Amino acid sequence: MAVLARADGEAIAALLAPLPALPPHEKLRPPETGLVMVRGRAGGDGAPFNLGEMTVTRCAVRLGEAVGHAYVAGRDKRQAELAALLDAALQDPARRGALMDGIIAPLAERQRALRDADARRAAATRVDFLAMQTTR
Amino acid sequence: MTGLTPGFADPALDAQASFRAVLEAMSRPGRIQRTGSSLHLPAPLGQATAAVLLALADADTGFAHDAGAAAEAWLRFHCGMPLVPAGEATFVLATGAPPALATLCQGSEEEPQASATLVIQVAGLAEDEGWHLTGPGIETEHRLRVDGAPEGFVAAWAANRAGFPCGVDVVLCAGDRLAALPRTVMIAEG
Repeated sequence: MAVLARADGEAIAALLAPLPALPPHEKLRPPETGLVMVRGRAGGDGAPFNLGEMTVTRCAVRLGEAVGHAYVAGRDKRQAELAALLDAALQDPARRGALMDGIIAPLAERQRALRDADARRAAATRVDFLAMQTTR
Repeated sequence: MTGLTPGFADPALDAQASFRAVLEAMSRPGRIQRTGSSLHLPAPLGQATAAVLLALADADTGFAHDAGAAAEAWLRFHCGMPLVPAGEATFVLATGAPPALATLCQGSEEEPQASATLVIQVAGLAEDEGWHLTGPGIETEHRLRVDGAPEGFVAAWAANRAGFPCGVDVVLCAGDRLAALPRTVMIAEG
């Protein structure tokens, strides 16, 4: 779910398209956008305080017997619905393998590559204070 | 969680229509209102019962019921209401014999609006026969027949009314029809 929550709707749909079509699903709760209060703790273990509200889109679908839920950040209703649909489909052992290989693994790989690229860009600008002292 | 079915097709408009039906029913005690009848519901929930709770109940309203696990799962998925003992609940759903009115939350003199609303599922409702209703919202008298009304309800209602402004409000639901008994109404058997 973390991978689906970070992916955008278009990317999930593009990966889902070449796979065998899923049976029709029923929307138990159509995608809807709302606000949730994000709470934080000062220093990680201090008194809780309300950090602020963030936009969240949620959706619940039923695929046969399985019920899939998704809460994703932002207002991408397509992403929320696809994430809920995949949550339901991944509960079926017969479909799980193909979906993991076809959708989750490529998305996870793409997200890892992006994170690594960001980390590398940040690492290139790192200043080693100890080295500055010795060169002076 | 299996067997969950969708709630209102259009959450905003359908909830407003249900709210309107309850408002009309409360304003004209004993007059029967209709809600939509397109929901697929777990037994024993009726269309009107579900519509009333979908429109009114939410995470801030304590809820008590006797409707069983399937109905509880459905209602809590769509409304998200916390389950509390019947004596503290804002909404009480009775599909069988309802709890005694006096045991439910009565509100206080300062906050009479904090009292419980009891939703009773009955077998049938009909106008122009049965009980004689009088009180605010009724010009002369309204008549209402309730099939499957709880035992000793009229006597319990007189006691409930005597506590005004405190007291419990009742919504009677049968299929997609509903009628309301606000705490101000007087019932005489006829």
